[in-house]
Amino acid sequence: MTQEKDRYLESFVRFEKAISGQDWLRPVRQAAIARFAELGFPTTGDEDWRFTNVAPIAQTSFKLASDTRIELTPREIAQFAFPGLGDIQLVFVNGRYAPTLSSPGSPGHGVSVRSLAQAFKDDRDVLEQHLARYAGYHYEAFSALNTAFMEDGAFVHVPRGRVVEKPIRLLYVSTATDEPIMTHPRNLIILDEDSQAVIVEDYVSLGAEVYFSNVVTEAVVGQNSVLSHYMIEQESKQAFNVSTLRIEQGRSSNVASHTVLLGGALVRNNVHPVLAGEGGECLINGLFMGTGRQHMDNFMRVEHASPHCDSRQFYQGILDGGSHGVFSGRIIVHKDAQKTDAKQTNNNLLLSQEAQIDSKPQLEIYADDVKCTHGATIGQIDEDAIFYLRSRGIAEDAARAMLLFGFANESLGRMKVDSIRKQLEALVAQWLPEGKLLEEVR
Amino acid sequence: MLEIKNLHAKVGDHKILKGVNLKVNVGEVHSIMGPNGSGKSTLAQILAGRETYEVIEGEIIYDGKNLLEMPPEERACDGVFMAFQYPVEIPGVGSAQFLKAALNAIRKVRGLEELDAMEFLALVKEKIKDLGMDEKLLHRSVNEGFSGGEKKRNEIFQMALLEPRLCVMDETDSGLDIDALKIVAKGVNDLRSPERAIIIVTHYQRLLNYVIPDYVHVLVDGQIVKSGGKELALELEEKGYAWVEEGAGAAR
Repeated sequence: MTQEKDRYLESFVRFEKAISGQDWLRPVRQAAIARFAELGFPTTGDEDWRFTNVAPIAQTSFKLASDTRIELTPREIAQFAFPGLGDIQLVFVNGRYAPTLSSPGSPGHGVSVRSLAQAFKDDRDVLEQHLARYAGYHYEAFSALNTAFMEDGAFVHVPRGRVVEKPIRLLYVSTATDEPIMTHPRNLIILDEDSQAVIVEDYVSLGAEVYFSNVVTEAVVGQNSVLSHYMIEQESKQAFNVSTLRIEQGRSSNVASHTVLLGGALVRNNVHPVLAGEGGECLINGLFMGTGRQHMDNFMRVEHASPHCDSRQFYQGILDGGSHGVFSGRIIVHKDAQKTDAKQTNNNLLLSQEAQIDSKPQLEIYADDVKCTHGATIGQIDEDAIFYLRSRGIAEDAARAMLLFGFANESLGRMKVDSIRKQLEALVAQWLPEGKLLEEVR
Repeated sequence: MLEIKNLHAKVGDHKILKGVNLKVNVGEVHSIMGPNGSGKSTLAQILAGRETYEVIEGEIIYDGKNLLEMPPEERACDGVFMAFQYPVEIPGVGSAQFLKAALNAIRKVRGLEELDAMEFLALVKEKIKDLGMDEKLLHRSVNEGFSGGEKKRNEIFQMALLEPRLCVMDETDSGLDIDALKIVAKGVNDLRSPERAIIIVTHYQRLLNYVIPDYVHVLVDGQIVKSGGKELALELEEKGYAWVEEGAGAAR
């Protein structure tokens, strides 16, 4: 373990030397790497990592991607187009902003949508106020690594009263490299009072090489603001992806976090909203679909820190082959968070004998006037429903596809942006073995 | 049209049907009545192709074909329809999508053009109105959150939409209030035609006040022990199933 850790510590020394400016950030980076040195990679002995062994990540010698720059043409990423979404798109290649592939679009007056690298220069005041203030690098090794190594990502700032009508897409493309690389994308999303935005984080691969994306997104949602965040994982079956979405919610704010995991070899999806102001609402909605040897770990941590907040968690898992899914849903209700209404549901379908799911709800309640419920189901495809569909003339394989799609659709149905939902419906249909049959009936 | 010959069936080790014989001609309405556990629903489910039941003897000839060799979807496409006693809730699958898939699968086999979204919607809206159902049901998931009565009406609605040639109704009347019962009965009567046969499986005589059967059969312990005209239903209502059960016992 020490050896693995040392590799990162040595990388950090070189990394830090290479950055110029950003002196104000140095103490943060150093604190983060020092914390990583203490924490090390988590093991299955840690309660929060009981079902996920990160040894495949820890034992691979990843190089920082910054040393290997790759230029892509628009044609090479044309396959990742997102029809109907709009024109606000930042593209990152191996973690680095690619201006020639991006289109800043017209998000509206005063709205900033740019790379974090640029924001380090232009938006220092805002960054200093928010960057690394929320994501817990003090107790979480991957967040600590990201904080130490962050150099690029997206910066979105919506000023007071502004509504960004079109979704803002952040496309992260990883490409073929000679050696396994790692990237530490860092996104900062700030919605000032009374503002609104939709963010889509989309992770894709060109090629099937082993690499590691370690993402941290901090979203600060001001009073009475509305944020919809979509995370789409469709990387190759060799990719490692650990992502952390940390949301700080102000008074009467409304956040929806939607996640769809389809790709990746080992994926850890951390979603951590803190309902810091009174009357906030958050919806945490996810769908994970694994096959082969994929491992998908969803770790939710919903913190109610103020009174009168509502949270809803819905996660659906479909696991085929020898895939392994994990859902951990922790709800923490702080002492003062009276009148909390928190609900959590995790439903899973296992399509094969070898597929596996671990579902773990956890309630930590320190207030005395709250409503918290949780429930999980694990089941197979409903043969009665198959028979019902067949008895109406629908062929067996089409009936199966309809049921699987229907199960996934409970989750997709909660996604309010039509263009995003439709694209995800298409991706999910592609994933299904009999998905082609759905084209006729959808 | 349909001929059931010496049908024996079981679930696991439990024998349920013990030699059922029944002949149904096109244009006829038959009612199969019987006490709980007599095998009525088993017979209906076997006609629809439920694999839970194992046929150990006998055969079912439908339009000259061996029905038991056809998978459920093939039977449906060939005009067999069973209205479920307990329709299944299918969350996430929209009613409209389901109905369109079913209708077009059946139309394809019948050599008819598949309907596009507009034509389909026009047809569905017309039929749904006939059954006094809310169009909003089309936007909901199949049977999800439907009341018992809504589920039963939804079965009849599907039957009207898919225009089968052999309709099997598995206790569609049980649990319905009088208003819903009348709507269901009207739906069935509207489907009565010289090109179609209907089998009504029921425990009670109530529905038969509104849908007058041509023949009534009484199923007891896996066998048809008595057959007659519509007046047999009334006699059963008056005397109870004990009357035929005793008779059946004495005959054996």
